[in-house]
Amino acid sequence: MALVEIRDVRKSFGANEVLKGVSLDINEGEIVTIIGRSGSGKSTLLRCINALEQVDGGEIRVEGKAVRTDMQDLRQLRQRVGIVFQAFNLFPHLTVEKNITLAPVLTGKSNKQEARQLAIDVLERVGLAEKIDAYPEQLSGGQQQRVAIARCLAMAPHLMLFDEVTSALDPELVGEVLKVMEDMARQGMTMVLVTHEMGFARDVASKIVFMHEGRVWEQGTPSELFANPQTPELKSFISSIK
Amino acid sequence: MRIFTTSDLFSLFAALQWTIVLVTLAIALGAPLALALALMRISKIAPLRWIAAAYLQLVQGIPLLGLLMFFYFGVPVFLGIQVPAIVAVGIAFAAYSSAFLGEIWRGGIQAVKQAQWEAASSLGITRWQQFRYVIAPQALRIALPATIGFLVQLIKGTSLASVVGFVELARAGQLASAATFQPLLVYSVVAAIYFAMCFPLTIWSRSLEARLNGAR
Ligand SMILES: Nc1ncnc2c1ncn2[C@@H]1O[C@H](COP(=O)(O)OP(=O)(O)OP(=O)(O)O)[C@@H](O)[C@H]1O
Ligand SMILES: [Mg+2]
Repeated sequence: MALVEIRDVRKSFGANEVLKGVSLDINEGEIVTIIGRSGSGKSTLLRCINALEQVDGGEIRVEGKAVRTDMQDLRQLRQRVGIVFQAFNLFPHLTVEKNITLAPVLTGKSNKQEARQLAIDVLERVGLAEKIDAYPEQLSGGQQQRVAIARCLAMAPHLMLFDEVTSALDPELVGEVLKVMEDMARQGMTMVLVTHEMGFARDVASKIVFMHEGRVWEQGTPSELFANPQTPELKSFISSIK
Repeated sequence: MRIFTTSDLFSLFAALQWTIVLVTLAIALGAPLALALALMRISKIAPLRWIAAAYLQLVQGIPLLGLLMFFYFGVPVFLGIQVPAIVAVGIAFAAYSSAFLGEIWRGGIQAVKQAQWEAASSLGITRWQQFRYVIAPQALRIALPATIGFLVQLIKGTSLASVVGFVELARAGQLASAATFQPLLVYSVVAAIYFAMCFPLTIWSRSLEARLNGAR
């Protein structure tokens, strides 16, 4: 059984059908990279996986459980599936430590005494232990994004979703965030990421999914897809980003 | 006729206590209700939104004086029970405060970016925890200048309680003025006392606002 099973998922915003029957499996330990043009439904698909959006048709199962926004154990799902956003979305009124430990303490994953150590542990994984007492506004974009990743890691998720997490960063800050993600991939985290960083997709992904007009147009390993695109849409997409 | 003496001044300060009691009652009773109203207004449950909206429309549509009259004269007639003036007046001010603070706070809550709710809910904490630990502190910061501004309105508004015979600062001023025939002096003192309470609040509110604008 795949960790995430996506079956014929449909999603519309008003009259605009954004996902037109998407099916996809994500296995334990896989790094799945979703690529595609703006508006092809990449973010929407990602947000359906942790029920930030409600699907209109089809089904998503995470660890065998059907995902719905009105599900009883929505919080259980969210505690297992972390998401990192393009705009970081740190809590501006809280220190880095509190950003990280808020949810683990409130959900009982950590107690108040252990919380600081937990923050130190996850901050070390993103190389920012010295910023534990800083406020988000005192950090660079790259640092903020690494804190956002640490905040997710503190919940010890089984799966992490990344939606263009480097797109809002200055070019010179992209590398430090990608490096953190590479480390996580090497440590066996299951990751689904939407990215425009094709180098990263090529080097790190175990599977690449090309979305086009609300459908999974092509999928395969990076070498298959980049070396030998089957559809004219993927061919033109690849040439457009080079 | 007699002259304005320190004992008149004492009676003004004694009455000032009642002004403060009224303000305290209005906030102590009105603030929890305001919070409930603000939360109802942003609730996902439509009937809660409607009830809150109807209450706000009603209370904001009635002049404060009307609220005072209603609770002081009207309610005892309807219910056939005699309520102490302080209770009737206190409830009227609480109703008034709840409506205005409720709207100010709702505005503050809605000024916090939707993405903050999203980030918080993605961490698997309850909706109340999302509000309590992530949204409310940011909303409060945004709404604080307006909240203090309302407090100034409220302090001045308590003078209306004199209309139903409640002896607070303004009413005490009337009495002292009638007894001494020195309205100019007496009312100047009364005005100075109101000003001494409100002016620091206004300054505080302004500086908070400036800091808030500077921070964005
Ligand atoms: N909350 C929403 N309400 C209405 N329409 C939406 C909403 N979210 C997304 N859409 C629409 O759905 C379509 C797909 O959006 P989505 O964000 O999934 O695309 P994307 O592939 O992530 O694009 P990008 O690369 O620009 O991020 C777009 O046409 C977008 O306008
Ligand atoms: Mg997107």
